Amino acid sequence: MTIRNRGRSAVVALALATASLLGGASIAAAQEVNVYTSREPGLAQPLFDAFTAETGIRVNTVFIQQGLAERVEAEGAASPADLLMVVDYGALIDLVDRGLTQGITSPVLDEAVPANLRDPDGHWFGLSMRARVAYVSPDLDITAITYEELANPEWEGRVCIRSGQHPYNTSLFAAFIAKHGEEATREYLTGLHANLARPAAGGDRDGARDIMAGICDIAIANSYYVGLMRSGAGGAEQQAWGNAIRVIFPTFADGLGTHVNISGAALAAHAPNLDNARLLLEFLVSEEAQEIYAKANFEYPVRPGVPADPIIAALGTLVIDPTPLVELSTFRQAASRLVDAVGFDN
Amino acid sequence: MALADAPPLSEDQRRGPLGQRVPRRWLVPVLIIAVLVLAPVGGLLYFAARGSGDLWPHLLENVLPRSVRTTAILLLGVGLVVTAIGVGTAWLVAMYRFPGRRILEWALLLPLAVPTYIVAYAYLDVMHPIGPVQTLLRDLLGITRVRDLWFPEIRSMGGCIILLGLVLYPYVYLPVRALFAMQSSSYLEAGRTLGHGPRAVFFRIAIPLARPAIVIGVTLALLETMNDIGASEFLGVRTMTVSIYTTWTTLGSIGGAAQIALLMLALILCLLFVERWARRRQRYVGGGQKTLPAAPIRLRGWRAGLAMTACGAPVLFGFAVPAAYLVYAAWTRLAEFGWPPDLLLWVWNTVKLAAIATVIVTALGLFLGYAARVLRRRAGTITLRLATIGYALPGTVLAVGLLVPIASLDNQIARAMQSLFGVSVGLVLLGSGAALVFAYVLRFLPIAAGNAEAGLAKVSPSLDMAARSLGAGPAETARRIHMPILRPALAAGALIVFVDCMKELPATLLLRPFNFETLSTQLYGEAVRGTYEVAAVSALAIVLVGLVPVILLARTLERRR
Repeated sequence: MTIRNRGRSAVVALALATASLLGGASIAAAQEVNVYTSREPGLAQPLFDAFTAETGIRVNTVFIQQGLAERVEAEGAASPADLLMVVDYGALIDLVDRGLTQGITSPVLDEAVPANLRDPDGHWFGLSMRARVAYVSPDLDITAITYEELANPEWEGRVCIRSGQHPYNTSLFAAFIAKHGEEATREYLTGLHANLARPAAGGDRDGARDIMAGICDIAIANSYYVGLMRSGAGGAEQQAWGNAIRVIFPTFADGLGTHVNISGAALAAHAPNLDNARLLLEFLVSEEAQEIYAKANFEYPVRPGVPADPIIAALGTLVIDPTPLVELSTFRQAASRLVDAVGFDN
Repeated sequence: MALADAPPLSEDQRRGPLGQRVPRRWLVPVLIIAVLVLAPVGGLLYFAARGSGDLWPHLLENVLPRSVRTTAILLLGVGLVVTAIGVGTAWLVAMYRFPGRRILEWALLLPLAVPTYIVAYAYLDVMHPIGPVQTLLRDLLGITRVRDLWFPEIRSMGGCIILLGLVLYPYVYLPVRALFAMQSSSYLEAGRTLGHGPRAVFFRIAIPLARPAIVIGVTLALLETMNDIGASEFLGVRTMTVSIYTTWTTLGSIGGAAQIALLMLALILCLLFVERWARRRQRYVGGGQKTLPAAPIRLRGWRAGLAMTACGAPVLFGFAVPAAYLVYAAWTRLAEFGWPPDLLLWVWNTVKLAAIATVIVTALGLFLGYAARVLRRRAGTITLRLATIGYALPGTVLAVGLLVPIASLDNQIARAMQSLFGVSVGLVLLGSGAALVFAYVLRFLPIAAGNAEAGLAKVSPSLDMAARSLGAGPAETARRIHMPILRPALAAGALIVFVDCMKELPATLLLRPFNFETLSTQLYGEAVRGTYEVAAVSALAIVLVGLVPVILLARTLERRR
């Protein structure tokens, strides 16, 4: 008897819970725009909140990292996605190659985003930049360094870096291939691997922490982490790591500039709210949004004239390596294979 | 349609264990479940069929030999650690009496609430050269330079084996302890009278008797190890799972990744099959009579201290240390920034989803258990074994494999609604979270089904006959005879499934609807950004909410005795 009652109440509870789950996700046809983003919600949300405040258009988001492209592809023509926001130019170009995007023409976007940071056919637009810089120990008496020099024997046992297969690194190594060819890159990776103070693992911030701990003297890592650490956004402990390092902008041996990667957005091929997606994109390159990018995540704005956050600006002047990102993307797979071939992560 | 293809049953096969005719209506739902279980494999085949260009020579030369070796070493290491801790503590707790035993008995389950990726983050911090442990050591030894203190590197295979072992051993402890507690004293006492010391009794009688339970537990722990990507990647251990991930993301080849994943699945299923085949002739039938559990031996002095240490250490390192770290990190965060406003919503989403999935998965598991019993060696048992697929695939791979069948079904529903009623409903499965519940159900079905099967194994057919001869119908037999016997096993299975659902990350991330955060997705979102302190609040919440079912589980153990 009690069992039967319990069974019944379980069924009722299940039905209620399912209903609330279904209800919670019901999508009204009102003014809205749907975003699949591999950008962390803590970063993207302030941007969307500002957009909604300005336009009244509701932004629905789902944060997906692995499989964003596969999900859009599997959903096909019925996909609710309007805008696909991802980090890394390789991921943006991959979306285009899979036929998951569509091009738009927008004078607003073309004016705000420099030509080398967007797709020529308007399939994707860069929204923010990050530089691959060197964190160095304050004890070190250097003010400049090239990426190439890091493979020299003088750095043996002194370099920290995250997994060679991380997109931030394959992106850098692809640039190396573009400059020097595959064979030289293989030698470079072998030399760099021999110089590692610990296995290539963890995150970029571990570079700063490990310099503070004395494990390594120099680490390759992204610029915005310096802001995240030094600002105290990650707590007092990380602030100490951030203050334990100096930052140098390395260049390649040709001296042209520092390697940068971008975050960006692409318009989904079957976007149901195309106009709103365009509005959101145009908002994201506005001065207001670009400042949020600079302040919330310490990235470099793509829009000329919008200043970086003071913490980042204080690091020095960023000169960007001019190799077009589209050209680099052709070397990404080769870079990844070289990382495997030299056993970089072992 | 599958039914029509099935060969006709002979008169013999149509009879169940009691010689009654097997109702065909069992077969249809079983076949439906089998199709559903195979759905992610279909999705992977779809991706694998795209090919991977000239990737394989590269994979064979530079990636797979190493990652297979790494995986083998990791599995072997974790297997040894979880067996040693799980069986050792289960034996001590079941067979001896020592101070603190009553607490340790359930406290040994606590690491179940700690996800592998959290334990890795926590220990990297605690054991870091500028973390508390090494700083203290340097201070004690009077060392000033960090590099002068030798300390084992936690970002290593050894570190990964120990950390995973510390949180996965409860999968072994749980079934083995239950088995030791039920073990009839007669075998052990026979051993003693025949002149075996305690060591010989343990190794020559207790372990062989406990083998099925050890195998079940170790299998779960090792499949969890294969599933792990967060901890091993973070600690720089390049397993096959990490290779699949890298092939997918960095080499940009979903085809190649799916091919490796299918290969890995085939390997795992082969191993599971061989293991089952190796003990095909073993049967342990608990006699119908009530058996007396072996009388516990009271330990005193240093022996008691040793037993306490042996059982206390896994709880300390697998739970107390990471939990204390999380409390500390969360507290610093809360003191500075206050509670995340959406925390309760995340908890509610997490619990709601886990609860729905647990109810469905437990019901399906029970059904499969019965089906395997009724249909005997045929469709039921095969489906029960097939169900392992959900757990044998890493979560990320399962999720992406499910995308294709779910999304195509979703598209068909959308088209049908459009043409029949002229309404556009969008993607209802992916948009409602139903796809996510489905993924959880597939993933954790083997746990529920395994527990149901184990519980049903205790129901002797003679009980059925007795009930039937006293006039009870099948339904009444199930309700009045089977249910009371099954309840502990079902409850244990359901609670493990619930905790596992709460900890689940990759499928949740990929298959959830818009604007839907759970504790694990929120934690992950902050962790990728590197803001671990923000994530600490969610991580602590996962552990705390996870403690509720773990404690309930401990209580069902209490009552079972």
